Amino acid sequence: MFKNLAPPEYLATIDQVKCIRCKRCIQNCGWGVYSWGGDKVLINTSKCVKCLRCYHYCPEEAIQIVDNPTRFKQNAYWGYNNIRNIKRQAETGGIPLTGMGSDLPYTILFDNLLIDACQVTNPSIDPLREPMELRTYLGKKPSSVDVEKGKDGKLKLKTKMPPQIKIDLPVIFSPMSYGSISLNAQKVLAMAAKECGILMNTGEGGLHEDLLPYKDNIIVQVASGRFGVNPDYLNAGVAVEIKIGQGAKPGIGGHLPGEKIPLEVARARMIPVGTDALSPAPQHDIYSIEDLRQLIYAIKEATNYKPVSVKIAAVHNVAAIASGIVRAGADIVYLDGFRGGTGAAPSIIRDHLGIPIEYAIAAVDDRLRQEGIRNEASIVAAGGIRSSADAAKAIALGADSVAIATAALITMGCTTCGKCYTGNCSWGITTQRPELTARLDPEVYAERLINLIHAWEHELKEILGALGINAIESLRGNRERLRGVGLDAQTLDILGVKPAGR
Amino acid sequence: MDHNYQKDISGCGLTGLISKKKRRLSGAEIVKSLCLMNDRGNGLGAGYAAYGIYPDFKDFYAFHIMFDEPSVRWTVEEYLKANYHIEKIEEIPTFPVKAISISPLLVRYFVKPLKERLVGEVQEADFVVNSVMKVNSEIEGAYIFSSGKNMGAFKGVGNPCDIAEFFRIEDYEGYIWTAHTRFPTNTPGWWGGAHPFTLLDWSIVHNGEISSYGINKRYLEMYGYKLTLLTDTEVAAYMLDLLIRRHGLSIPTACLALAAPFWKKIDDRDKDEREALTALRQTYGSALLNGPFSILFGHSKGLVGINDRIKLRPLVAAIKDDITYMASEESAIRAICPNPDTVWAPRAGEPVIVDLD
Repeated sequence: MFKNLAPPEYLATIDQVKCIRCKRCIQNCGWGVYSWGGDKVLINTSKCVKCLRCYHYCPEEAIQIVDNPTRFKQNAYWGYNNIRNIKRQAETGGIPLTGMGSDLPYTILFDNLLIDACQVTNPSIDPLREPMELRTYLGKKPSSVDVEKGKDGKLKLKTKMPPQIKIDLPVIFSPMSYGSISLNAQKVLAMAAKECGILMNTGEGGLHEDLLPYKDNIIVQVASGRFGVNPDYLNAGVAVEIKIGQGAKPGIGGHLPGEKIPLEVARARMIPVGTDALSPAPQHDIYSIEDLRQLIYAIKEATNYKPVSVKIAAVHNVAAIASGIVRAGADIVYLDGFRGGTGAAPSIIRDHLGIPIEYAIAAVDDRLRQEGIRNEASIVAAGGIRSSADAAKAIALGADSVAIATAALITMGCTTCGKCYTGNCSWGITTQRPELTARLDPEVYAERLINLIHAWEHELKEILGALGINAIESLRGNRERLRGVGLDAQTLDILGVKPAGR
Repeated sequence: MDHNYQKDISGCGLTGLISKKKRRLSGAEIVKSLCLMNDRGNGLGAGYAAYGIYPDFKDFYAFHIMFDEPSVRWTVEEYLKANYHIEKIEEIPTFPVKAISISPLLVRYFVKPLKERLVGEVQEADFVVNSVMKVNSEIEGAYIFSSGKNMGAFKGVGNPCDIAEFFRIEDYEGYIWTAHTRFPTNTPGWWGGAHPFTLLDWSIVHNGEISSYGINKRYLEMYGYKLTLLTDTEVAAYMLDLLIRRHGLSIPTACLALAAPFWKKIDDRDKDEREALTALRQTYGSALLNGPFSILFGHSKGLVGINDRIKLRPLVAAIKDDITYMASEESAIRAICPNPDTVWAPRAGEPVIVDLD
């Protein structure tokens, strides 16, 4: 066979003096890097993805994973990945796949936005001493309500409110299907969502019965493959999401290979074992905005009017599309920026289609306000939220809530190695191999994810306190409290943010 | 929606009073009360608002307009003539004061919208609001700073006593008075930037900084308000107009939206109240005024005082006979009412609502 001309990215090395031959590395590596050579561990470094599972489980710290110093000749134009992909394509004729969000060095607007703080003219508030409210309700709001004072002097609501989903803080989990991630990973999300009073989302993989106890914290998704969709499924959660697109792969469908469809996954998806699960690029009953409206109302009819979310990838014309979605009757518009993660996508798509979420939030929030319909739907923003600061900035730009996925997976061991599509995840997250998924103990890892959410909760409260406000709704869309650093005038104009110093 | 505005920040002192029996009181009282709080301002703005001052023209909207240049006056008058019946035009009487060397041209108009201009279902009040927005945002150098019936605002750059003397506040008689002295930290004095801020018969004096300004402004813009002043006070005034006049909320209910109770308190109420308060917060989240403030807002039928949710700015109230007083400092009340029947500090977020008998 012709030798692979792409040099390995990483060099897995074992210090033979430190190594005690315990073979834990062999056991832990899902990629088959290590094997037993009779007297020592053998290394096939070309399989290494630097997920660091072996490193963490080596009791002697004998393992080091280093970036391969042997690279192609440095070239400011022909990057390592350009050359590498061409070589791979020359060998296979295929489309190189990837996982996670794009790692290319496009400008990160979040890192060019800074948040305000109080000094003298308005006092900052100490969240450890004063109440600080993050509670958020997702869903359509009326533009006004009618409240009457009864004979007993008590207030009574005369307006019928549309259904609202209460979340204790404006950070929810993005959709990740059973199939793309393991059931244990989904359980971690569900347990943490319940404990933190937020939401997880089934993605397009049906709903495994083990998740039913968490149904009050679950959004079920309907996507182009319609996997697992039946009346019970639609009614199982607190809302239904129609997935039109995903930030990491706007405009294209999904392909879960048959190898990742064992019996349990097949049951949840209602497809035969071992068949490829193909999600078409469009939903074939939605070729236009009026078709979307019909599906939204069909789902509402089927669920006795639960809130319906519509998830779209942030693309160039996102503002007009979102406006159409709101007018079509959606209660929530879920915007997924191009940095958003994926279990599998062609890298050419992931890295070159769509727009960053920061622009999308600003454009959509502006458009809905210009049209006087901002109250008609909540905006959930996702696609590269790395910290509570990103969340605060997204909310200040106009989002009601952010959604996170990569950050949640990182608490389960993920190191963003980007090889989710292989099904070999050594951390038991993006795999269905039983020996790998078994190592992800839902209770242990749920605690870590709960810790993360609580930490962000504290941080958001500190940010609000510094801003001198004590309710999240006073940050939402409050771009006056953001300043741009090093952004050009037009970008600032689109974001509706002043430059620092003004 | 231009985001490149420069927001106006200021600290302040405020005072107000209302006679429930609608007795008309001389402006001298309120001037005395405000001047006691001289050190809460820095001489860059003071003003007064009074209700019941134009009994002879009580059916007409009294437009108080300031013109930076006399030439702008004709542009505005042309617009007014095309849309309003003008009952009377006069320059607002002013008197020379040593400390006030420059002032804009100040003119008042008693007007009524022309019937034929009220097309379709346009309400008279909406028509007037639109006119105010139009003149203030589109005609450079002209500013309508008072537009209610049988009420008026008088304000400018100067100390409380100087502004009072300039307008001869003591010559007016009203049954509700509010007054304000200002401590702007970043603006050169502009006469329009002083309080009270008014729209129709709403008048607002405000002490504080509304830290939620950015979203409050964008929320109001969605309903067609044009925020030209870039002050927190303007936001408060338009918010009241939206909630009370346009959305039909009662004043106490509107206060529950502007200084919403904490969720913890809402959750503790019984079912009906919980539902109502929850719906109010869900719907009016962007109307929540967050940050330190105390506000007095007057209207033709009463006076309301309200604090932010955790009372970060002072507000004291007192009652003597038919008069209720509210001010930043108790001393400002005692300066004109040495022995009130009761004095109290209203709790955070709990409005003091006084209606005329």
